[in-house]
Amino acid sequence: MRNVFAVARKDLVVEWRARLLLVRVLPFALLVLVLFAVALDSEALLERAAAGLVWLAAMFAALLVVQRCYDIETADGALDMLLTSVVEPSRVFFGKLLAVVGQLLVLVVVLVGGAVVLYGVRVDAAGLVLLVTTVVTAVIGLASVGTLYGAVVAQLTGRDSLLPLLAMPVLAPLLIGASRATEAAFGSQTIDLATGWAWTALLAVFAVVFTAAGAASFATLTEPDA
Amino acid sequence: MSDTTPTPHGAALLGAGTARRSLGTATPATRIIGLLTLATMTWVVVSAFFITSPDVVQGDSVRIMYAHVPAAWVAYLAFVTTAIASGISVVRRHRTLGFDRVAGASAEVGVLFMGLALVTGSLWGRLTWGTFWQWDPRLTTTLFLFITYVGYLAVRRIDATPERRAKRSAVLALLAVLEIPLVHFSVVLWRSLHQEASVLNPDGDVRLDGLMLFTLFSGVVAFTLGFVWLVIHRQRLQALVDLQGTVGLDSAIAARATEAVLR
Repeated sequence: MRNVFAVARKDLVVEWRARLLLVRVLPFALLVLVLFAVALDSEALLERAAAGLVWLAAMFAALLVVQRCYDIETADGALDMLLTSVVEPSRVFFGKLLAVVGQLLVLVVVLVGGAVVLYGVRVDAAGLVLLVTTVVTAVIGLASVGTLYGAVVAQLTGRDSLLPLLAMPVLAPLLIGASRATEAAFGSQTIDLATGWAWTALLAVFAVVFTAAGAASFATLTEPDA
Repeated sequence: MSDTTPTPHGAALLGAGTARRSLGTATPATRIIGLLTLATMTWVVVSAFFITSPDVVQGDSVRIMYAHVPAAWVAYLAFVTTAIASGISVVRRHRTLGFDRVAGASAEVGVLFMGLALVTGSLWGRLTWGTFWQWDPRLTTTLFLFITYVGYLAVRRIDATPERRAKRSAVLALLAVLEIPLVHFSVVLWRSLHQEASVLNPDGDVRLDGLMLFTLFSGVVAFTLGFVWLVIHRQRLQALVDLQGTVGLDSAIAARATEAVLR
């Protein structure tokens, strides 16, 4: 457990010193929200689509975070160093996952704030509980898929364009579930709160499945070639 | 030094029979499978276009079924084969590259046939439903499956050592097995909320008489034989490509070494 936190702390410290999340990823995510508004050009449509757009923007921006989280490892062979230390590969995975979860939580909170300001969505108290639960479970799922597929493409040439192609289809259930649950939390007319809660169950299953899959396959993905 | 000379490596990899014939990928067995494919395929084409009668409701557009159903079947068969071969190559510690090549070859053929199934299905949909696409759970899942394996093939094309390629792609293929039920389940749940009128029955309403059923079954047999034939050839071709990578380098190093001694 201590190793997990050490890896997570290392990633977050590197991130904090570079402040890439703050100066590139967050502005990019907000820009996507603005561009959606320009493209759709209708306030009624925006309010209706807000939940889906928030999660779409979160997905795009999350890929940047994940890319970054492996680039700091593969530069200078840092990942090999990490694996030659006595840390178990699955703990390295959990550490990196934790760091990505931390960054994505900040990202999604900013995006939801952006939706409130730009798209005019409102959240009441009951909706807020659902919203927080949705954000936490969906972010864990998003981060686990990102960290896992980031490891699949790590150290391969052309990984920047590969990661979206591989991760996006896998994230489809998450996008569906998170958008519907958030739609319910935003007080949409189409989905009630109870259905919203049912979607968070799917998100939880998704998060558990891909966290387990990542922990199980991380050793195979990172071991040196025979 | 020339690549056309059969090497002991090549003979071991491909079986003694092929090494004698300048490293082709055909063997008597594949020739028989190829001929059988050709024969059954000819029967299917003739029967589907000329012998079977048009459907009472759908008319001539029902003939698309004879290509569509077998193509979809082969695509799923191919992805199951990929998953099994990948599973074996992950579990076994040694001599796994053969399974990796089968997995890759099968996925390639699978993507081709799934593409065929999507195109034929969408043409049929235009004729029968009046629209190319429906966000029906089965269609949506199939589309995601298709994109997933396109991504899988993209990873396989990357310039890496065969070992690294094998490892990464095997994990990907196994993850696809996890992904597909989740995608399907979520899409079913998603669509069920929309209460769409189910006028458009995705199965159509086809009454199959004996000959139609037999033609459809022949189609499945013909496409399956074609699948086996393609996969065998494709994986042997991949073996040759890998061989060229390693043996080509070895002979180059050997040549360089002799050069250095001579100097």
